[in-house]
Amino acid sequence: MTKQHANWSPYDNNGGTCVAIAGSDYCVIAADTRMSTGYSILSRDYSKIHKLADKAVLSSSGFQADVKALQKVLKSRHLVYQHQHNKQMSCPAMAQLLSNTLYFKRFFPYYAFNVLGGLDEEGKGCVFTYDAVGSYEKVGYSAQGSGSTLIMPFLDNQLKSPSPLLLPAQDAITPLSEPEAVDLVKTVFASATERDIYTGDKLEIMILKADGIRTEVMELRKD
Amino acid sequence: MFRNQYDTDVTTWSPTGRLFQVEYAMEAVKQGSAAIGLRSRSHVVLASVNKAQSELSSHQRKIFKVDDHIGVAIAGLTADGRVLSRYMRSESINHSFTYESPLPVGRLVVRLADKAQVCTQRSWKRPYGVGLLVGGLDESGAHLYYNCPSGNYFEYQAFAIGSRSQAAKTYLERRFESFNESSREDLIKDAILAIRETLQGETLKSSLCTVSVLGVDEPFHFLDQESIQKVIDTFEKVPEEEEDGGEAEAEAAAAPTEQGGAGDQDVAPMEM
Repeated sequence: MTKQHANWSPYDNNGGTCVAIAGSDYCVIAADTRMSTGYSILSRDYSKIHKLADKAVLSSSGFQADVKALQKVLKSRHLVYQHQHNKQMSCPAMAQLLSNTLYFKRFFPYYAFNVLGGLDEEGKGCVFTYDAVGSYEKVGYSAQGSGSTLIMPFLDNQLKSPSPLLLPAQDAITPLSEPEAVDLVKTVFASATERDIYTGDKLEIMILKADGIRTEVMELRKD
Repeated sequence: MFRNQYDTDVTTWSPTGRLFQVEYAMEAVKQGSAAIGLRSRSHVVLASVNKAQSELSSHQRKIFKVDDHIGVAIAGLTADGRVLSRYMRSESINHSFTYESPLPVGRLVVRLADKAQVCTQRSWKRPYGVGLLVGGLDESGAHLYYNCPSGNYFEYQAFAIGSRSQAAKTYLERRFESFNESSREDLIKDAILAIRETLQGETLKSSLCTVSVLGVDEPFHFLDQESIQKVIDTFEKVPEEEEDGGEAEAEAAAAPTEQGGAGDQDVAPMEM
């Protein structure tokens, strides 16, 4: 007697890819703007990047309804934090909050694959990468989403971080300069767009530095 | 004359149809240091007097940001005020979360008033001992409300609460008709002048007052000491220059306030 399966799923995958790279005094967060369902395109101009705080930017691929709900929860919690502490949340603090929020729904998870990027308390770039239930790690770079399997090996080749197990602890931050990192991001997305049907249309890049956030947009293949 | 028999419980009416506990709560508001609110068509200014318990301590915070578009100034039991501000912030955040739009001020004050009313009809509770001046901006314009411990609330063009607020109210009554069309700068100046009225002779310094502004295209924020001092300098300069006995006068003014401080020890320390 085979198990009966649901004829309806509460989840959908809207595709897309997110990448983030941490530098010595900057952080680059990038995502494509294609939103799809199945083999159809829902939008060619949907942003997957959300600013949570001055120094913390979230990019999530997966089920965008869950992503939107997650982002709203984090935004409200950040407001509460600001009222209580009279300052914005730091990126590591936001990282922990995101992890706790995801685990809170351990038994009906947010179908969101997150990359959190920003500047830590010392002004150095930091990137945190997550799974759907909140397991997270501070890394020097990460890719999530439908194109991640195409992008991650290439980033490993170009940016390989020292192992987090090494002693003394070594910085995960890339020695690349900001223009080099942005260029690398454009390259990986152009490549991923070639082979991943769910990635394309436009690339949105946010560059976080101590003096503010800059946004760049690049066209990608639309097929 | 029967006050003492019917004032133990908030749930006991007096023969003349009054709830004395509620009225006593409103007395607590009058004991707190002054808070003032004024509004124009596009801006709301909330100001308060900073009175510290002693020279050693810092002063109580009396003005709180509720959201970008709402601020609140309190007078009375500041602890009660802090708790209610937290409630207001929570309501505002929940509304924004559900409706993706800012909470209209009128709805917030109604919920605050209903919350206060509950405490006037439960034997195991006591009324909140704090008056709140809620200033905010929404689609229907700029608003200023006063929420009472009784659960009543009223909308005002300008209002003052707390000790020596009558002096400020008299000043505001003379000027309020022009406030709707006032510029932001004039509104701030009027607020500081109203604060000066409550100080009754004490020299007005920026360290003595806190001023906050919100308006169209201007989220709620506090004015820094420099900006406040600049406004004060526009009208305080002349009296300082005139008097040679000015220093003697300032000392004389300082002495009564010290005595006033000693007198305040009769008042419970939690009331500011």
